Amino acid sequence: MYTLSNRLRLFSIIFMVVGLVGLIIGFASSPGSIEDVKEMMAAHDAHGGDHGHETTETYSGNTVHAEHDLDKDKHSGDDHYLHILHQLQNKPWASLYVAAFFFFMIALGVLAFYAIQFAAQAGWSPVLFRVMEAITAYLVPGGIILFVILALSGFHVNHLFVWADPEVVAHDKLIQGKSGWLNGTGFIIRAAIFLAGWFLYRHFAIKYSRKQDDEPQGNKWYKKSFKIAAGFLVFFIYTESMMSWDWIMSFDPHWFSTLFGWYVFASLFVSGITTIALMTIYLKSRGYLDFVNDSHIHDLAKFMFGISIFWTYLWFSQFMLIWYSNIPEEVTYFITRIEDYKLPFFGMLVMNFIFPLLVLMNSDFKRVNWFVVMAGVVILCGHYIDVYNMVMPATVGASWSIGISEISAVLLFLGLFLFIVFRALTKAPLLAKGNPFIEESKHFHY
Amino acid sequence: MASKVIHALYTDDDVLMDAVKKVRSEHYHIEEVFCPFPVHGLDKAMGMPHTRLAITSFLYGCVGLTVAILMMNYIMIEDWPQDIGGKPSFSYIENMPAFVPIMFELTVFFAAHLMVITFYMRSRLWPFKKAENPDVRTTDDHFLMEVDAGNHDVEKLSNFLGDTGAVEIKIIDKQEDNH
Repeated sequence: MYTLSNRLRLFSIIFMVVGLVGLIIGFASSPGSIEDVKEMMAAHDAHGGDHGHETTETYSGNTVHAEHDLDKDKHSGDDHYLHILHQLQNKPWASLYVAAFFFFMIALGVLAFYAIQFAAQAGWSPVLFRVMEAITAYLVPGGIILFVILALSGFHVNHLFVWADPEVVAHDKLIQGKSGWLNGTGFIIRAAIFLAGWFLYRHFAIKYSRKQDDEPQGNKWYKKSFKIAAGFLVFFIYTESMMSWDWIMSFDPHWFSTLFGWYVFASLFVSGITTIALMTIYLKSRGYLDFVNDSHIHDLAKFMFGISIFWTYLWFSQFMLIWYSNIPEEVTYFITRIEDYKLPFFGMLVMNFIFPLLVLMNSDFKRVNWFVVMAGVVILCGHYIDVYNMVMPATVGASWSIGISEISAVLLFLGLFLFIVFRALTKAPLLAKGNPFIEESKHFHY
Repeated sequence: MASKVIHALYTDDDVLMDAVKKVRSEHYHIEEVFCPFPVHGLDKAMGMPHTRLAITSFLYGCVGLTVAILMMNYIMIEDWPQDIGGKPSFSYIENMPAFVPIMFELTVFFAAHLMVITFYMRSRLWPFKKAENPDVRTTDDHFLMEVDAGNHDVEKLSNFLGDTGAVEIKIIDKQEDNH
């Protein structure tokens, strides 16, 4: 049995408190009115040059910003400042959203991985099942928090989703056409269905896994686990796809991409696997997982490597097709990202592709624990930035930064995640001893 | 120069593995082992060094990537930078997404093919090569271990090999080296 050390508990509580305080500061310091924005920008211009204008004026001539002319007309009066005001008011909300989604997607990715291990009857992974089960414990609280944020946004308590603003919709033919899908009520109902389905699978998977330990004769509970895992995977791939349209793609309701669901899936899957590897290495170093050997770590590292490349494949497929055909209604998505988010946009490519490609290619390196940890930390940071890149351009636009509210939101959810996951680890023995593949898994050797 | 080798035949891969370990612990020199299929862990038991084929493959991949970049940079950007469907051809990086499929494929092509050719050359395989098969049964269901008799007592060595589970032991006079 695992016992939660006081230091870890203290650490996670400190993270949560610091994150919460920082987030409150972030909310408190967002401007309340246009006058505040003018004041902030005047102060900023005084010592920073006209940074705000630079980004919109200096793009090279051959790309045309589709909304640029429109913007110019609108920006004649206070409209420009109103625009900035909304972006700055969105900033703490968006950072909260990005962090909440990021940690939720880790738990969801692990749940999908766990189900795949059952459905595929994998012989190497059963020794890691209890670690995976513990990580998915974050699914329920994380999902409820995310649901609350989504409900607030879907009913326009904040400006995260433009389609939730009735005034915007009234003047926007495109969103009007999509309002059959993109409306607050439908949005919340769908979110409830997705979450309920995922929670339900998690609940029964854990329950059967515990029962299989107590009563392994005839593998009755194992067979049930196998069946629900197969059912869940079918449900998951549909709902995950729709989830990505609702929770991520609808930030840009004028834009659409058909492989977006897969793209988000790759991101959450690789983050989940990386988290399993990091947790396993940590617990092993503390002497809790003596039955896990280097071959298990090697396999996890192979998954991290392979799915990182799969993510890049999807990222590139989406980017290149849109870049190549250059249809104005699609390409604005990438133009705003390349113009305003150059460093995070291309930086994440280095972190999520080139770094794991070169570090995890060598078979020997995949067995060196600190190498896997280093690669894992970079991959997780890279996928945080990936979510950041998907959400921020539509919510805060050019007013982005990684400042107090962003870091605080990550700390808050990191603390919560660690607290819940490590507490869940204490609930059951770390070896799922009733699993029919456990002996094979213990002697797994690559 | 004639040299003596002993051919010990086995019918089971587990027995063979065991025999290899025993022969090595007695410090006899194993010239070669012939098997009808890959025996997992045999290379380790024989103490063979790890293959470096993967490293060559990585380097060949780097060559392929370089070839792709240099070729397309010369053709599309330097030699004749045409405007084809509005694609920017002012610098390589500007038009890079369009080149990535070719960069990828050439990397894989070079890495795969040159590695296979390296494998053929290092293991001396080619179409009209004369098969080096000491006993036809080794391609079907027998395993053969070839031990260098050297200055050892042949009688003692063949008795020892018999004890390791060999079903058949032959003493061969070789006119020249196997290779």
